[in-house]
Amino acid sequence: MFGFGILSGLTFLPLVGAALILLVPGETESGKNNIRWIALWTTLVIFALSLYAWGKFVPGVADFQFLEEKSWFGSGLSYKMGVDGISFPFVVLTAFLMPFCIAASWNSIENRVKEYMIAFLVLETLMIGVFCALDIVLFYLFFEGGLIPMFIIIGVWGGKRRIYASFKFFLYTLAGSLLMLIAILAMYAQTHTTDITVLLHAKFDPDLQKYLWLAFFASFAVKMPMWPVHTWLPDAHVEAPTAGSVILAGILLKMGGYGFIRFSLPMFPDASHYFAPLVFAMSIIAIIYTSLVALVQDDMKKLIAYSSVAHMGFVTMGLFAMNQQAVQGAVFQMVSHGLVSGALFLCVGVIYDRMHTREIAAYGGIVERMPVYAVALMVFTMANVGLPGTSGFVGEFLSLLGVFQANSWVAFFATTGVILSAAYALFLYRRVVFGKLEKPSLQSLKDLSPREMAVLAPLVVLTIYYGVHPGPILDACAGSVAELIKGYESALALTKTAALTLH
Amino acid sequence: MNSLSLEIAHALPETILAVGAILLVLIGAIRGKESDGPMTELAVALLGAALVAVFLGSAKEAGAVFNDSFIDDRFGDFMKGLALTGSIVTLLMSGDFLRRSGVDKFEFPILVVLATLGMLVLISANGLIALYLGLELMSLALYVVAALSRDDARASEAGLKYFVLGALSSGMLLYGASLLYGFAGTVSFGGIAAAIGGHPSTGVIFGLVFLFAGLAFKMSVVPFHMWTPDVYEGAPTPVTAFFASAPKMAAVAISTRVIMTAFPGAVSQWQQIIVFMALASMALGSFAAIGQTNIKRLMAYSSIGHMGFALVGLAAGTEAGVKGVALYMAIYLVMTLGTFAAILSMRINGKAVEQISDLAGLSRTNPPMAFFLSMLMFSLAGVPPLAGFFAKFYVFMAAVDAQLYWLAVIGILTSAVAAYYYLRVVKIIYFDDPAPALDRPSGTQRAVLALASLAMLLFWVYPAPLVEAATAAAHSLF
Repeated sequence: MFGFGILSGLTFLPLVGAALILLVPGETESGKNNIRWIALWTTLVIFALSLYAWGKFVPGVADFQFLEEKSWFGSGLSYKMGVDGISFPFVVLTAFLMPFCIAASWNSIENRVKEYMIAFLVLETLMIGVFCALDIVLFYLFFEGGLIPMFIIIGVWGGKRRIYASFKFFLYTLAGSLLMLIAILAMYAQTHTTDITVLLHAKFDPDLQKYLWLAFFASFAVKMPMWPVHTWLPDAHVEAPTAGSVILAGILLKMGGYGFIRFSLPMFPDASHYFAPLVFAMSIIAIIYTSLVALVQDDMKKLIAYSSVAHMGFVTMGLFAMNQQAVQGAVFQMVSHGLVSGALFLCVGVIYDRMHTREIAAYGGIVERMPVYAVALMVFTMANVGLPGTSGFVGEFLSLLGVFQANSWVAFFATTGVILSAAYALFLYRRVVFGKLEKPSLQSLKDLSPREMAVLAPLVVLTIYYGVHPGPILDACAGSVAELIKGYESALALTKTAALTLH
Repeated sequence: MNSLSLEIAHALPETILAVGAILLVLIGAIRGKESDGPMTELAVALLGAALVAVFLGSAKEAGAVFNDSFIDDRFGDFMKGLALTGSIVTLLMSGDFLRRSGVDKFEFPILVVLATLGMLVLISANGLIALYLGLELMSLALYVVAALSRDDARASEAGLKYFVLGALSSGMLLYGASLLYGFAGTVSFGGIAAAIGGHPSTGVIFGLVFLFAGLAFKMSVVPFHMWTPDVYEGAPTPVTAFFASAPKMAAVAISTRVIMTAFPGAVSQWQQIIVFMALASMALGSFAAIGQTNIKRLMAYSSIGHMGFALVGLAAGTEAGVKGVALYMAIYLVMTLGTFAAILSMRINGKAVEQISDLAGLSRTNPPMAFFLSMLMFSLAGVPPLAGFFAKFYVFMAAVDAQLYWLAVIGILTSAVAAYYYLRVVKIIYFDDPAPALDRPSGTQRAVLALASLAMLLFWVYPAPLVEAATAAAHSLF
């Protein structure tokens, strides 16, 4: 339409919804309801459109699909969109999670509903844009632009320490990303293009690569987040409203991993090879240390936040092992973690809406009053642990398998993380769900409402579906990952021959 | 076409303003000092006519007239357009404020017209004499408007401070200019460039340093920034808005022109100076603003920081750098005018307030204004996809291209520091509990704020015209 393709539609439709909401008066109760429905329908339409695109998407090929290109800033930057097997699952994941976020905020957000929904829809535009952009500056725009709505979401609708958390989130991420901007400018100075498809085949000088790699790493490591720059995440998660946490864990963290696959690995292969041990070390520390930290948390959201950091450790480790299993495993792990951690935050939101506390000690024995809820939470807990049969298993297993081929010690230490994750997840589940129902405040708890069931049921189904049938996602990214690894290895071989001829 | 009509044709905007200003003085004197009456409207019409003349004239060939002392080119047209826009918008939105504070003297619009005339001459100056003439015409008018509300001790102090320091800087500039004339034997920029060639003598470097000291004062960059916070805070808010917008355009324009046309052979000499000034301004603008509670003072430090960012493009010394500077100034102008429209409309029960905390909870009491002002803050902080980001993008791109890596890295890190205090304003607007509601702003103030904010927010939709214009402007200097 108007010369724009389906990706532009996916990216900018949320803004249309936001514009509609802007026109609705938001003070009255009926106005608020209208706003909620508009937001829900917008996100559902986008999800349907993303499924339509999924149907037209050719899996298993390495090329970019649905390409669009328009001149934009006169000379230089252009508006270029396109997806491949690595980015497209994330587009669908984003479109999929958004309706849940809107539904989860249905009753829990009562004031300033209008601004809330607009912020979420703008955020959706920016998130989908990140995964579709094929111009590196366009990517940067979407990547950074997401900070504004998220800052507002945490700061306005967050918990007690919301202001501290929102500032920490914003400034941490901004400082990291600005270094990436310098690297982008340096790449432009070298190649005089900002087109990602061209940059993927640009050969940068190995010494320059190290600086560029570090600059990109600063940004993606903060976003991921990797130890030791992960400290903003628990704060942001704890203070954000439920839907904010879902988006943060489900999508925003994935941007870091996506950045590694899209930029660091293919564009700076020599530097990636050079720094891989550093990434391995940081990943292992993240897996073991944050799992131990998760064990002693007494706030549910904080516990899940630390477990996210640990799971992201598996992703970075898998990515830098650079073989087919490990990278595919890492991509799968990201998608699966998007579903599972999002679902876990939704589960916390369910009981938080009833009790208004996230203290683990305030609960216990709620299985007696909320059996259906207990089942749903169990599925997600098991997926978080990585139990075979759930989607969490596939990604973790594949990355461990791949890492074992690259470096068996790394795999050994990472595997201890699997045990630790079982420890903290089951410990949490026991304290919240089992035990005697003694606390008087819990006596009147009601089980899931139809709305909450509608929110959690699809996630339960998908978690199990992808656990036993991971094919669709793995097939989608297989071609692009193979291409990535081929390019990486040929670049390394080239540098090696060059070094040998020098001697 | 004979030579005089050719000269007038090239200097048409300046001619309009000069003749118009004299007429305005006459009208004002005949009317008596009862009220400012239609003076503001007349001044705006005059400036508007000059703006139209700039636009219409931009298609014709570039040309140097008045014995090569005055040049009319695309770069000049671009910067003149900005300066005139700044003056017009300031006049439009300040009428209401001045009337309420009882300083609606008819001299104000006339002085603004005269200052603007000075700016246009300054922007088009092609030699040291024209430079000094334009600079002084601009400065003298500015000294008077700084002290416009003469019964206010703070404003008088601001005016006096600005005058004393400004006079000192003019003296330095003159000293530098005389040294340059002594060593080059000519006052025209092209002549100076030809005379010093690739190996400037020590005397030329001395002259260069003094000349820059004078210009740096007008741009308010470190270490000649001391007057800025006091004058911004003390002067009546419309005057502050004027100071922050139009004169900055002229000062940056002439600095760029001097560097590019008179000293292309002394790159390694002036580059050190510009790099230092840029770094120091960015750092001071970022760190010193953190503790401010007065929003005008905050904007003063913010403007110092922004001038530092603009100088990053200048430091590159390339065509891409000049393009970055031109674009930066255009975007900065819109952001500043929008922000000052909001500051001008900050009144509680008819009394003007200027503490940042007076904005607390604005998102509840006046949602549109809260949104627009917050977007301007994000834009000033340089967060994409707002226009402020693209402004920084182009100057830093030029710096990286010119291999000034450290300048780029440090500059961009200071912008992360600066983001903190812009965010603090957003935090006060959105997260804090409401303070007493602000009065309803006047129509023009609301319109300026909304237009500026939307322009920054939606810049990415259709950026090509401005970028192309800046590219053409930069190209004309090389």
